[in-house]
Amino acid sequence: MIAPYIFNILILICIYVILATSLNFALGYTGLLNLGHIAFFGIGAYASVLLVQAGIPYIIALPAAGVIAGFFGFLLILATRKIKGDYLALVTLGFSFVIHSVLLNWTSVTRGPLGIPGIPKPSILGFTISSGFIYFIFALIIAFITWFILNKIVNSPFGRLMQATRDDELGLRVLGKNTSMIKTKVLIISAFFAGIAGSLFAHHITFIDPASFSLQEIILVLTIVIVGGLASLRGSIFATIIILVIPEILRFLSLPGTIVGPARNMIYAVILVAILLWRPRGLFGRVDLN
Amino acid sequence: MILKTKRLQKHFGGIYALNNCDLNIRKNEITAIIGPNGSGKSTLFNVISKILKKDKGKIIFNGMDIDNKKDYELASKGISRTFQEVRLFKNLTIMDHIDIAISKDDESILRSLTKKVNRTERIKEILDVVGLNKPIDTFASDLSYGQRKLLDLAMAIAKPGDLLMLDEPVAGVNPKLRKKIKDIIRSLHKKGKTILIIEHDMNFVMDLAGHVIVMNAGKVIAQGRPKDIQNNPDVLNIYLGD
Ligand SMILES: Nc1ncnc2c1ncn2[C@@H]1O[C@H](COP(=O)(O)OP(=O)(O)O)[C@@H](O)[C@H]1O
Ligand SMILES: [Mg+2]
Repeated sequence: MIAPYIFNILILICIYVILATSLNFALGYTGLLNLGHIAFFGIGAYASVLLVQAGIPYIIALPAAGVIAGFFGFLLILATRKIKGDYLALVTLGFSFVIHSVLLNWTSVTRGPLGIPGIPKPSILGFTISSGFIYFIFALIIAFITWFILNKIVNSPFGRLMQATRDDELGLRVLGKNTSMIKTKVLIISAFFAGIAGSLFAHHITFIDPASFSLQEIILVLTIVIVGGLASLRGSIFATIIILVIPEILRFLSLPGTIVGPARNMIYAVILVAILLWRPRGLFGRVDLN
Repeated sequence: MILKTKRLQKHFGGIYALNNCDLNIRKNEITAIIGPNGSGKSTLFNVISKILKKDKGKIIFNGMDIDNKKDYELASKGISRTFQEVRLFKNLTIMDHIDIAISKDDESILRSLTKKVNRTERIKEILDVVGLNKPIDTFASDLSYGQRKLLDLAMAIAKPGDLLMLDEPVAGVNPKLRKKIKDIIRSLHKKGKTILIIEHDMNFVMDLAGHVIVMNAGKVIAQGRPKDIQNNPDVLNIYLGD
């Protein structure tokens, strides 16, 4: 009985590692204060489910979820071209609300607040991933690939330009670099991986509704990125494990259901405040955003 | 002429930072722009380098109207510049800074991942020009003010270019480093660079520049050889009033 519980947590860790590292890619490395990340997660989840329901094989639906989320990332960066810093945070937060309300109100496609139940487990080349263990291995492989690609990019000359964009965008433009293009590429990649995470999430939980992609979730991912440290992929991975595992203690305290949710949020808040006091740059962070 | 501006105008609210500003900058010369604080010198640089949009006027660089060029396109056209306040990437190293300034391939992710070039030798040569002798893996945030000024200058000269624009390169710098920076500018000029330098302090440019342009209230009020400028009553007037 304990195995499904453990695998569920392990799978969620893989999914949140993808979400957090891809957010850190945009936020920590490039300085894009993007609060729309969770919307890409939701777009990927819905896109994947709708495609599979339309008869598209999962092996195509998974990357397609990433591409569709990436396309929305492109639209978001187009719309926010001239906007910087704190305002970018506001506009991208607005984007999250818009996507959330589309998912809620476009009932003919998304079933609105009822959500989509009975999402099939992924089936790849005739093999259905039904056991928790195999799904964990599958999610682990995808999380590893994500980390591998993001890690290669942040350590490349392009990754250096990402950091320079964050530190002084105007200074970099004067050196001849088109920072708008750099930011566009970064946000598309970041959104792509959030979409992939969304697909993994939907087919794992087998039920999605707009509430799965609410403000609550973006706060969770932001907490992970800040606790792990800006511009540290390793930090985001460690922080995901910490943040997802610690609240599990609550399960063993047999608290009433109504208290578990708020208690969980309090634990996140305590971890966040403790980290900010003890290590303002997070566990592995090297930089601060001004 | 390498750079010409014609009736350049730029206002901020009711202030005309540039008011019909005409410039003619000769090739292979050190030209100094002097003038009291707030006379529009930095605004002139920002408008030329497309960081600020002009209201009116023309900018001709190397015989070409650069009206439709974006700020980031000017570096490859041969214009490089520094800012009055040093602009560095605080979480990057000295080596990163120069490498960014000289590399051409880094904006493509694919080429970035596949092409490995080692430019350490070239980077060290450039740092030698400005005499910044700190380990190249030092982070910008660990440099002193003077060292940051030198790194900033090194980035501006890293790429071969036609015009080097320096906005107050010795502001806030100690006398020893002032002298050093003056020598660097001289030796760059000897190597054939055209240099346009903004300086608040008239004395600094007198034995450096071949041509001096004096600005006041967004206009050129006098220009000529340093000696003539030094004795120009209009110039003395605005400087004594300052
Ligand atoms: N971004 C800006 N916004 C508003 N006013 C500005 C701005 N930049 C410059 N100014 C004003 O324009 C005038 C010229 O400034 P500036 O070009 O910096 O002069 P200088 O470099 O000669 O000291 C000043 O009155 C300054 O206050
Ligand atoms: Mg100035």
